[in-house]
Amino acid sequence: MVKVWEKPESLTDKVMHYCPGCTHGIIHKITAEVMDELGIRDKTIGVAPVGCSVLAYNYFNCDMQQAAHGRAPAVATGIKRVNPDNAVFTYQGDGDLASIGAAEIVHAAARGEKITTVFVNNAIYGMTGGQMAPTSLEKQVTTTSPYGRDLDHAGHPIKVSEMLSTLPGAVYIERVSVHDVPHILKAKKAIKKAFEYQLEGKGFTLVEVLSTCPTNWGIDPVESLDWLKDNMLPYYPLGNFRSPEKEGK
Amino acid sequence: MGKTLMKGNEAIGEAAIKAGCRYFFGYPITPQNEIPAYLARRLPKENGVFLQAESEVSAINMVYGASGAGARVMTSSSSPGISLKTEGISYIAGAQLPCVIVNIVRGGPGLGGIQPAQSDYFQAVKGGGHGDYRVVVLAPSTVQELVDLTMDAFEIADYYRNPVMILGDGILGQMMEPVEFKPLNKRDSKEKTWATTGMKDREQNVINSLHMDPEGLENHNIDLQEKYAEITDKEAKSESYKTEDADIVITAYGTTSRICRTAIDQLREEGIKVGMIRPITLWPFPADAFEDVIDSASKFLTVEMSLGQMVEDVKLAVDGRKPVEFYGRTGGMIPSVEEVKEKVKELVGGEK
Repeated sequence: MVKVWEKPESLTDKVMHYCPGCTHGIIHKITAEVMDELGIRDKTIGVAPVGCSVLAYNYFNCDMQQAAHGRAPAVATGIKRVNPDNAVFTYQGDGDLASIGAAEIVHAAARGEKITTVFVNNAIYGMTGGQMAPTSLEKQVTTTSPYGRDLDHAGHPIKVSEMLSTLPGAVYIERVSVHDVPHILKAKKAIKKAFEYQLEGKGFTLVEVLSTCPTNWGIDPVESLDWLKDNMLPYYPLGNFRSPEKEGK
Repeated sequence: MGKTLMKGNEAIGEAAIKAGCRYFFGYPITPQNEIPAYLARRLPKENGVFLQAESEVSAINMVYGASGAGARVMTSSSSPGISLKTEGISYIAGAQLPCVIVNIVRGGPGLGGIQPAQSDYFQAVKGGGHGDYRVVVLAPSTVQELVDLTMDAFEIADYYRNPVMILGDGILGQMMEPVEFKPLNKRDSKEKTWATTGMKDREQNVINSLHMDPEGLENHNIDLQEKYAEITDKEAKSESYKTEDADIVITAYGTTSRICRTAIDQLREEGIKVGMIRPITLWPFPADAFEDVIDSASKFLTVEMSLGQMVEDVKLAVDGRKPVEFYGRTGGMIPSVEEVKEKVKELVGGEK
């Protein structure tokens, strides 16, 4: 039998705890594949967030630090400033990054901190049981928006990529999705680019990955992929918001 | 090496550099701003990094990252800023990372004021953040001690893999005194094989404070307590002043101890036998020093720039065997020599 694909070295053998149909596993895998392809596993330090991916340090087979809720970009800043030759990435969900850690991500981007952020946006708080996130869509029902998110009451969902792309220190910002294979491949390409720009010392890089949460959305995994496509893509358009090429850097 | 006249806050900055600290993350707050300003000037010249964070919360988490990456790192702040840092301090203690945190205390609660105080004692020595953790707390009383204890703090932090706090106040930070930078009193600390520097030829290193299994977390806490017991056993430090024949034994630290020392000298001239135990470590609290005087002293008096925080630890040390009285001012008010003398005389008089 010919082996055509194998688990990346940058993932451990541990069985992931993610719910069936959750796309964290895919995003972990493509991030790990990027580390393998760039040959940087030995010099990479990842920062795990608080939330569903809090245990990311069990899955990524590289040095890892676990950060307090929202503080991953600050922790990554400390690591990168001490070891500028290391590749440093944060892996954060939308509650972590867009809510409690909004200041940390904005200022890491503003400083042009030479780190890469993989930002997983599934429009809901997963680990705490499906509360409204800053990225929850209008009319989206969650445990803390039981009548649907009312913009007049709860405000508007935050478009993180658009917001951060206004900052000159953010050299590469791209929004991707993992709802089907072509998009997964595009997502991987974007994450790879982000790491490459970091290694070139260009500045802050972030890839926002639209992701699913079948458990807290209350729909099955296959329907979740459609829900993402039908509801998230119109509000969170895919594409590149900032790149060194565009800015002539 | 000769003596240099230095402002307390700047002396802390230079001491950190002399101790090998090359990374500082902070956020401005009065009355400690000369520390970051000094390090902003000095660290780039030492191939180090000074970075002004967007908040105290961010600054302490930068410290966490830098310490996890193996660096000697420091942050400094003042009371309301330290409150913001307590989240990070709990994580740093949980993950057993070494770092030095300077608190140049001002009056509180809330925004309080900008004048010196000692009202962060509880926060410093009892935790402040969540969980069963301890931070080593050092209490300098002179600019020279700011230097010596800051340098020691880095060695203690690395040796025990634990955060160490320098608890000063606005007076110490702002005053100028001659100081001498002595060689670093090096400890035999283990190599930082746990640091996240890239795997290279070893297994993955993980810096973490999450323990989902309650039994695992209990065991982690028990391990921490064993470390804290060792620190209590080995690191408790105090200075005794004229306690040999003292009838009244004052306890005071930092700036307040200087006021009490003058009061003691003057009271002695009047024939009143009074002395002082000056804690240099506030945690671990130097309880043993009280055993030396527990039989000879008739009363204890704690003097603080707070409304009675350290007095609880003095009462624990005395353990009900002798009366413990308290005198304090707060909010940025400083007890005067006269006030301390009056209080001591009241205690002496009360015995008659």
